Amino acid sequence: MDLVFGVLPSGLPYWLRVGLAGAVCAVILITLVALGPIAYVYVETKIAGFMQDRIGPKRVGPHGLLQTIADALKLMFKEAIYPAGADKMLFILAPCLVVVGAFLSFVVLPFGSRLQAVDLNVGLFYVVAVSSISTVGLIMAGWASNNKYALFGAMRSAAQIVSYEIPAVMVLLTVVMMVGSLSLQDIVWAQGGGLSRWFLFRYFPLMPVAFLIFFTAGLAECNRTPFDIPEAESELVAGFHTEYSGFFFAMFFLAEYTEMFVVSVVASVLFLGGWMAPLPALQQLGPIGLGPIWLVAKAWFLVFVMMWLRWTLPRLRVDQLMYVAWKVLLPIAMVLVVTVGGLALWPLTANGFPWDRWAGWLLTPLLFIYLAYMIVAARRWSARRAREMAA
Amino acid sequence: MSTDLQGGGYGWRVDDIDTDEMILNMGPQHPSTHGVLRIELRTDGEIVRAARPHIGYLHRCFEKHAESVDYPGVIPYTDRMDYVASMGNSLGYALAVEKLMGIEVSPYVQTIRVIMAELQRIASHCIAVGTYGMDIGAFTPFLHLLRDREKILDLFEWTCGARLLYNYNWVGGVSHDVPDGFVKACRQFLREFDAVTYPEMIDLLIKNKIFIKRTANIGVCAPELAVSYDLTGPNLRGSGPPRDLRRDEPYIGYENYEFDVVVGEGRFGPRGSCFDRNWVRALEMKESAKILHQAVDRIEKMERADVHEKVPKRVKPAKGEVYARSEAPRGQLGYYIVADGTGVNPYRVKVKSPCFTAMSIFHVLARGMMIADIIALIGSLDVVLGEIDR
Amino acid sequence: MDASSIHGRLKDRFGEKIVAFQSETLQPWAVVAPDAIADVAAFAKSDPALAFDNLLCLSAVDYPKEDPPRMEVVYHLFSYEHRHVFVLKVHVPREGAHVPTVEGTWAVANWHEREAYDLFGIVFDGHSDLRRILLPDDWIGHPLRKDWVDPDFYNGMHVKPTQQMAERAMAGEKIGVGPFDFTPPNRHVEE
Repeated sequence: MDLVFGVLPSGLPYWLRVGLAGAVCAVILITLVALGPIAYVYVETKIAGFMQDRIGPKRVGPHGLLQTIADALKLMFKEAIYPAGADKMLFILAPCLVVVGAFLSFVVLPFGSRLQAVDLNVGLFYVVAVSSISTVGLIMAGWASNNKYALFGAMRSAAQIVSYEIPAVMVLLTVVMMVGSLSLQDIVWAQGGGLSRWFLFRYFPLMPVAFLIFFTAGLAECNRTPFDIPEAESELVAGFHTEYSGFFFAMFFLAEYTEMFVVSVVASVLFLGGWMAPLPALQQLGPIGLGPIWLVAKAWFLVFVMMWLRWTLPRLRVDQLMYVAWKVLLPIAMVLVVTVGGLALWPLTANGFPWDRWAGWLLTPLLFIYLAYMIVAARRWSARRAREMAA
Repeated sequence: MSTDLQGGGYGWRVDDIDTDEMILNMGPQHPSTHGVLRIELRTDGEIVRAARPHIGYLHRCFEKHAESVDYPGVIPYTDRMDYVASMGNSLGYALAVEKLMGIEVSPYVQTIRVIMAELQRIASHCIAVGTYGMDIGAFTPFLHLLRDREKILDLFEWTCGARLLYNYNWVGGVSHDVPDGFVKACRQFLREFDAVTYPEMIDLLIKNKIFIKRTANIGVCAPELAVSYDLTGPNLRGSGPPRDLRRDEPYIGYENYEFDVVVGEGRFGPRGSCFDRNWVRALEMKESAKILHQAVDRIEKMERADVHEKVPKRVKPAKGEVYARSEAPRGQLGYYIVADGTGVNPYRVKVKSPCFTAMSIFHVLARGMMIADIIALIGSLDVVLGEIDR
Repeated sequence: MDASSIHGRLKDRFGEKIVAFQSETLQPWAVVAPDAIADVAAFAKSDPALAFDNLLCLSAVDYPKEDPPRMEVVYHLFSYEHRHVFVLKVHVPREGAHVPTVEGTWAVANWHEREAYDLFGIVFDGHSDLRRILLPDDWIGHPLRKDWVDPDFYNGMHVKPTQQMAERAMAGEKIGVGPFDFTPPNRHVEE
């Protein structure tokens, strides 16, 4: 927002400049929020098809690229059904709240060193607080639908989100203790200097565990499998959004994918170096900073991992979910907070263990080589099978 | 429970419910009840206090129809009972009428019948295990298994022209001979199944920690209870007793094939849990593949015979009755046929379908479970409503 | 044990309650008096020599043309231990048939008897929950009997729409021409 503010001519009155700066930022972010899920849904269906040995959408547009747009149009034109006995105001308000809760977090996401709507000095705290508005919206949706299934889904969802926020926030504390600030921009700056300085590889192996806890808790926040009990299709039809049709359903969908992106961006900012490139040399392409591209690439990679998990793992039952949150993630998170806090205070390890430097450069190429190998092997296998079948 | 003879609607009187309990209807339309099944649950929060299944939404009066068509004309009707595994249904009926009339089919026809029955068993278990995984939340194994079921259905279509309801096992023979090249295609399918689908299914679904956690401690059925409720097939074998009609009372030449009877082992929880029943189905696919290898080898060495050789021009059995059982993929399928000796229509055809008896145990096992487990229980009993309602 | 020895054992225990024995058929059966069937069933299960722990099938058959006209309830029994099969039959009159339930012996009989009641009208005394199972709860009649005639109406709806549609078409009404042309008779139409 500061950038836009600076660009506007100083002749304009102050309030107009602030207002316009805010409006431009808001429009850009809303565009991102609106366009993002279109890409995510397409990618999800294609990835699902790849993992399930089928093709995925391919008819609507070249390679099925226009499939999501067709879906969005269809949803917009569907009849909005209000169930009898539903509380109309709450019914309409619920999806709005869910989307707002997902969207508000975009305000502090740092896409570049100056590409950030507002650099709040309590940025991280703001993100956590604001994402809980979605929870209120979910419960409202379940209640207002006048439907037992929806109510079940909403209650489960509330319990799940609230339980998983606690380990997530504890893990955030570890990062904050290392940086000393809640501002997301400061957290990114503290990871400058290449891959080995990223928080994922500090205090190895403590911070990878922290990352895993945060990612798992983030999955639960987004209601993604294996934690998608609230929308368990095969049990409660569609959980809290059973009664929503047409555009309201699209809004819930939008909110879910946006929330996935937000959680991925926050995870990237906290652990994967935000908009920093793995090598300082790759940070700038001439005069153009590549920060946003790096951040989005990392976030999209994490989104891909979320989708990967969805199509691989079955879902946990509600009590098992709670067990994982309270008896597994929370104790580990608490131990991590205490340990990392202690280590940060001790001058010897204030900046991490001595072997951290090599951990990053060792693991990351291995991971990518493994992924590439799996994809290539799968492709070769299906080519071989196609040949065999034709023979 | 109401003893009202014409009890209507709910059956539970609303005034005797504690205020904490909720009556939840898993209605006839539901993504995970395998067919149109309505389950009334009386729940206390998430825990089920009582469950009552209501069937009959798919009742198509099979037994009444069977009295108005002739004996071979009943076979398409039998296909439509358990539509997921039609070969087994028509096989059971054909065996019953052949027993009534004293017809013995040639070894060639018997081998064809074995091949078709075992292919159908694999296809049926693909659906059973795949949809079970999908109910638990694992979407991907369902599609992998359905890919293999498509291959089997292509084989069936090649043989008799139909993908799902074949009218294949006739009284005294089969409707179409296996085409040329069938053996090669069957071997190709088996190769892919053994090398890819089966190991992937085991790794992805059966050995999945979350799947085991969801299914290994629920729906435990003791062997005595299973026998009392006449559970058969994988449902019974999951609880321990190694009872398989193909082994105990062999028909159509099953005594010539080497295979193991898979039994639930209680590896990850008590024996007889939902996991065990599903485990039996998954491993039975491997055993069926074993039988198929042997059957295909056998039929390759046999010379072609006329599959309609023993099919009578007019099926008119003398007065008598018979009860014949066969091992369908879902359990023991029994046909009780009464012939009155006059006319070409059966006098009475009664079907004892394995899913009917499996469903009758549902209300016992469902007590004390959580709602998510109800889904797991139905899936583990592998019910197809077409067979229950006939 | 073969069928004659099984029959002999039952006869020893129950005497004249075992009314008849037919051994010349594929699957020999013994006819039991209706009031004794529950005891015979319990004995068949608990006796160690018989050990019929599995009720394979419980069917009902309608014989209106026999002399006297009767319905039969047929019990196919199997023993997992001894691997023998036996058939018990109970002859009941076609109207007002009452048979004691064997639900206490084999739990699966619960649903089988409900089905026999639903489709034939045989009432099983002592059954815990005798109500219709396959047909709708408010169905009148028992369809699988040989003298069953389809009703004309069910809850005010025509059971045989095709004939009715044919009649209306013969009367000159345009039926089946467009997608919404047919108005069912129980729907109110604004004049």
